[in-house]
Amino acid sequence: MMQIRCLFSTLTLFVVLSPAFAQTRDSFLQPAGPIADAQRTELLQILGWTMIAIIPVFLLVPLILWHYRYRNTSARYTPEWDRSRMLEVLMWGVPVIIVCILSAQLVRTTHDLDPYRPIASDTPELRVQVIGLDWKWLFIYPDHNIATVNALTIPVDTPVAFELTTDTVMQSFLISSLAGQIYTMPGMQTQLHVIATETGTFQGENTQFNGIGFTDQKFDTTVLSNSDFSAWLAQVQAADLSLTEERYATLAAPSTGAQAKAALASTSGPDGVVYFASVPDGMFESVLHRYMHGNEIPASAQPGTAAYQPNALEEPDQ
Amino acid sequence: MSGEAQTSWLGRLNIDSLSIWRAIENPSVSEFVGAGAALVAIFGGIGALVLITWLRAWGTLWRDWLTSTDHKKIGVMYCVLALVMLLRGVIEGVVMRTQQAFGMGGGFLAPEHFSELFSTHGTIMIFFVAMPFIIGITNYVMPLQLGARDMSFPVLNQISLALTATGAALVMISLVLGEFATGGWTNYPPYTGKDFQPGPGPDYWIWAIVLSGLGTTLTGINFAVTLYKERAPGMTLFRMPIFCWTVLCASIVMIFALPPLTLAALMLAADRYLDFHFFTNDLGGNMMNYVNLFWLFGHPEVYLLVIPAYGVFSEVVPTFSGKRLYGYNSMVYATMAIAVLSFCVWLHHFFTMGQSANVNIAFGIASMAIAVPTGVKIYNWVATMYRARIRMTVPMIYATGFFFLFTIGGLTGVMLANPVISYQVHNTLFLVAHFHNVLIPGVLFGIFAGYHFWFPKVFGFRLEERWGKRAACLWVVGFCFTFLPLYALGLMGMPRRSVMWDDPAFQPFMWLALVGALTILSAVTALGIQLWVSVRNRAATACPLGDPWNGRTLEWSIPSPPPPYNFAQVPQVRTRDDFTDAKATGRAYQPLSAYEDIEMPRNTAIGMIVLIGSTLLGLALIFWIWWLAIVSVGVMLTALIGRTFWLNTTYTIPAEEIARDHQAWLAEVHAAQRITRAEETQAANRGRAALELPQGVSV
Ligand code: HEM
Ligand SMILES: [Cu+2]
Repeated sequence: MMQIRCLFSTLTLFVVLSPAFAQTRDSFLQPAGPIADAQRTELLQILGWTMIAIIPVFLLVPLILWHYRYRNTSARYTPEWDRSRMLEVLMWGVPVIIVCILSAQLVRTTHDLDPYRPIASDTPELRVQVIGLDWKWLFIYPDHNIATVNALTIPVDTPVAFELTTDTVMQSFLISSLAGQIYTMPGMQTQLHVIATETGTFQGENTQFNGIGFTDQKFDTTVLSNSDFSAWLAQVQAADLSLTEERYATLAAPSTGAQAKAALASTSGPDGVVYFASVPDGMFESVLHRYMHGNEIPASAQPGTAAYQPNALEEPDQ
Repeated sequence: MSGEAQTSWLGRLNIDSLSIWRAIENPSVSEFVGAGAALVAIFGGIGALVLITWLRAWGTLWRDWLTSTDHKKIGVMYCVLALVMLLRGVIEGVVMRTQQAFGMGGGFLAPEHFSELFSTHGTIMIFFVAMPFIIGITNYVMPLQLGARDMSFPVLNQISLALTATGAALVMISLVLGEFATGGWTNYPPYTGKDFQPGPGPDYWIWAIVLSGLGTTLTGINFAVTLYKERAPGMTLFRMPIFCWTVLCASIVMIFALPPLTLAALMLAADRYLDFHFFTNDLGGNMMNYVNLFWLFGHPEVYLLVIPAYGVFSEVVPTFSGKRLYGYNSMVYATMAIAVLSFCVWLHHFFTMGQSANVNIAFGIASMAIAVPTGVKIYNWVATMYRARIRMTVPMIYATGFFFLFTIGGLTGVMLANPVISYQVHNTLFLVAHFHNVLIPGVLFGIFAGYHFWFPKVFGFRLEERWGKRAACLWVVGFCFTFLPLYALGLMGMPRRSVMWDDPAFQPFMWLALVGALTILSAVTALGIQLWVSVRNRAATACPLGDPWNGRTLEWSIPSPPPPYNFAQVPQVRTRDDFTDAKATGRAYQPLSAYEDIEMPRNTAIGMIVLIGSTLLGLALIFWIWWLAIVSVGVMLTALIGRTFWLNTTYTIPAEEIARDHQAWLAEVHAAQRITRAEETQAANRGRAALELPQGVSV
C-alpha cells in the first residue's frame, strides 16, 4: 500500500524532526503560561478522543481492500447486502458519543480560557494598551506612562490585561507561548488576558495579512522577574524620546519597526525597537475614538492608506 | 465617482497597466516572474487561436461546442475550463512553495507579487477549478443518471457557463493588464477598500466573483429544478443514484450560499466606486459585516464542493466493489444533515473576532457536529467494500487516498472547530494544511476519480490505466509531503501568507513541502501524459457499447458517447441501481416496439454574447471605461430580450434516425463478448459487461 507507507514515513519524519521545536519559543507546544498549556492539553485530548473514530478506518481500509480483492475468490461475496441495524447504531452512535464528550469539554475550556476573562491572582494586573500599526505594534503602559514599539515586556506571575485596537486595517495579535490570538480592528477594542509563569523571551506576531511589511510585524515578548521589570521600566522612562502627536503620526505611516526607529531618530532600546519615556494622556482612546464619531475622515488622515500624510493627523477633527 | 481626474477614453488604463512594460521599466526576478506569466497567458491564448485555425476547427468549435445547449457539451466545456485553470493554480502553488522554501529572510519574490500569488491561487482554485469541475461533471452525469434528455433550462445552462468563463477570463487578463488583488481569496476590507488599495486589483476580484457567482447561483437553480422535474418515470427521490442526492443537497447550498458572497462583493464595490461606507474605517463602516457575510457563503461553499465529491465516491466505490452501496438511506440523511449544518457553523472562521465565549461555544459544537454525518459516510463506504470483490482501478486509488487523508483532514477540522485551539492556530499554516487536506483529498481526488470513471462515457474510450495509476499515486504521495509538514509549521507559529520567515527550525519542513509540491507537479504532468497516451491509443480502449465498468445506474445503459437525446426512449425505472437490476433480470438492451420523434433545444449564440459582453463589462468597470460598460450592458440586454421573441428554439430528430442508430447499437451489443471484471482494463472490454454473481446465487 503506497499511501500507507508514505503516510507512515511522513509521520516518522515529523516525529524525528520534532526536536526542532525545542529551538524556538514561539509555539504553544512549549507553553510559558497556564493558558497556552491548557490549549496544548486540549489539542492532545482531542487527538486522543478522535482516535477512537479514526483508528478503525486506518485499520479496516487496508484489511478490507486486501481481503476482498477481486482475485481472492475464496472471500465471501454478498453483492446485495446493504444494511445492518447493529452497524448503523455503531456508526452513528460512536461519533455522537465522541462529539458529546468533546462538546462538554469545549464548553468548559472555552469559558475558562475566554480571552476576555480576567485572570484571578493576588498580584494586581498590569494594563497594556496595544495599537496595531502598519507593520509594527505600539504598546502603551498607561499605569506607567511609557510606550514602546515592538517590545512587550511584562513581569512574571502577573496577570496582564491587554486592550487592543488598530489604526489601520485589521490585524491579529498572537503570542503563542502565552495565549491565543485576538483580532484588532479600527474603531473597535478587543481584549486579551495572559499570565506568564516563566521568564524568557517569546515571539509575538501579527497573523492577519496586512500588506508588504506583514512578515516584519513581529516582536519579542520578554518576561522578567519583578525586580528586572522595575529596572526595565526605569530604563524606558529614561529614554530619549517622548511619544507626541507628531511622533505618533510619523510612527503610524506604513513602515517596519526599524524604519520607524530611523524616521524618529530614536537611539534607545534594541534594534527595531523604540522606547518612549512618556505618553500623552488618552493616546489609546484618541486612536480608538477617531473612527467612532461617524464623521468623514479623509484618506490623508487615515494611517495605513495609500494617501496618508503624517501631518494631516494633527489637524483637529471637529 | 472616484477622485482622480481622468480624461482618457480608456479610463485609467495606460501603458503602466501592462505588466510586461513594468518588467522592462524596472527589471527584477520578481517582475520577470510576473511578465513571464503574462507572456505565457498571451502566447497560450494566441497559440490556441493559431492551433484552431490550423486545424480548421472554428466551424466545428462554434457549431458543436460554443453555441451548443447540450448539457453534455456544456459539462465538458466546464471541465476543460477547470483543467486549464488547474494548471495555472498548481503552478502558482509550486512557485509559492519554492519561494517559501528559500524564504528564510528573503527569497526571490517581492512581497507584493507573493501576495498576488496567494490571492489568485486561492481565488482560482476555489472558483475556477473546484467549482467548474464539480459543476461540469454534474452537468454531464446528472441528467443521464436521471434518465433525462437535458437540463430543465438548457439556455440558462449555457449562460451560466459563460458567466463562469467570464470570471476566469478576468483573472487571466489580470496577468497582462493591471494587477490582481493582494487581499487573499477572502479579500477582507478595509485592506481592500479604496483608501488602502486604490488600484484595480480588488476590482478584478470583485467583478470576477460577482459575475461568476451569478452564474453559479443560476446553475444551482437549474440543477435543483432538473432534479425535481426531469426524473424518468418510476424514479422516486429514494431511487435516485446517490450522486444525484448529493447534487440536490449541493444545489440547495448553491442557491442559498452564493447570494451573500455576491452581496458582500457588491457592497465592497459600492464602497470602492460610489463612496459608500459599508466597510470603511470612518463614517460608521464596519468590516466585521463583510467577514460575517463572506463566511456565511464561505463555509457552505466548501461543502458545496465536497458533497458532490462524496457523491462521486459513492458511485465509484460500489461499482468497483461489485456491490450495492451500504446504507443508502443513512447516506442520504447524512448528506442532508451536512448540507443543513453547513449553514450553522460559519462563525468558526472568526472565533478570534472578540465575540462572547457562549457564541463561540454554540458554533464550535455545531462545527464538531458535522463530523458525525461525515464519519458515518466514511464508515458506509468501508462497509460497502466489506464482502465485496474490489478492483483496484484508478478511481479506487483516489478513493483509498481519500479515506486515509480525508480522515486526517477531519481530525484537524475537529481541532479547529474548538475555539480554544482555533485561538492558537487560526491564520497559521496549520489552517492552510487543514483546508488543503480537505480540498485536495476530498474535492480534487473526487473530481479525478469521477474523471476516470466517466471519461469512457463521455468520449467512448477508456483512459490509460498505467499512467493513471502513476498520477494517482504521485498525487497521494505529493499531497502528504506538501501539506503534512505545514501542520507542523503552523503549530510552530508560522502565519499563513508569509512571503518569508526567520526561524531556522522551519527549514526542514519547508524542504519537505517543496519536494511534495514538485511531486504534485509531476502528478499533473502524468495526468497530461495519460491523456495524450489515451487519445493516441483510443482504438485499443474503445468501449462504444457503453458499460465498461459493469455500471449500476442509467448512464451506463446507453452508448458511449451518448446521442444528443441521451435515451432513445425515456427509461422506466423499477428500482434503485436500476441498470444492475435490468442486467440481472434481462430487462437491459431490449429492442423498442416504437420510436418517436424527439424535440431538442437548438444551438444559440446567446452564451457567447454574454461571455464577450460581460468580460468587456468587467474590464470596463475595473478600468473605469464607462462608455464601454454602458455599451456592453446594452448589447447583452438587447440580445437577452431579443431572444425571447425567437420562437423557433427547438429542432426535431426524426424517429427513423433514432430507430436506425438505436438498433445498430443494440445489434452490436448483442454480438459483443461479455467481459468479466478480470478483463476490465484490456482491449477486449468494449463496454458489455458479464454478470458475475456469487456461487450458488442465480437470478
Ligand atoms: C495542487 C497543489 C497545491 C499547492 C502546491 C498549493 C499551495 C498553496 C500555497 C503555498 C498557499 C499559500 C499558503 C500561505 O498562505 O502561506 C496556498 C493557499 C491556498 N490554496 Fe493552495 N495549493 C494547492 C492546491 C490547492 C487546491 C486544489 C485548492 C482548492 C481547491 C487550493 C486552495 C487554496 C486556498 C483557498 C488558499 C488560500 C489563499 C489565501 O490565503 O487567501 N489550493 N496554496
Ligand atoms: Cu468553515
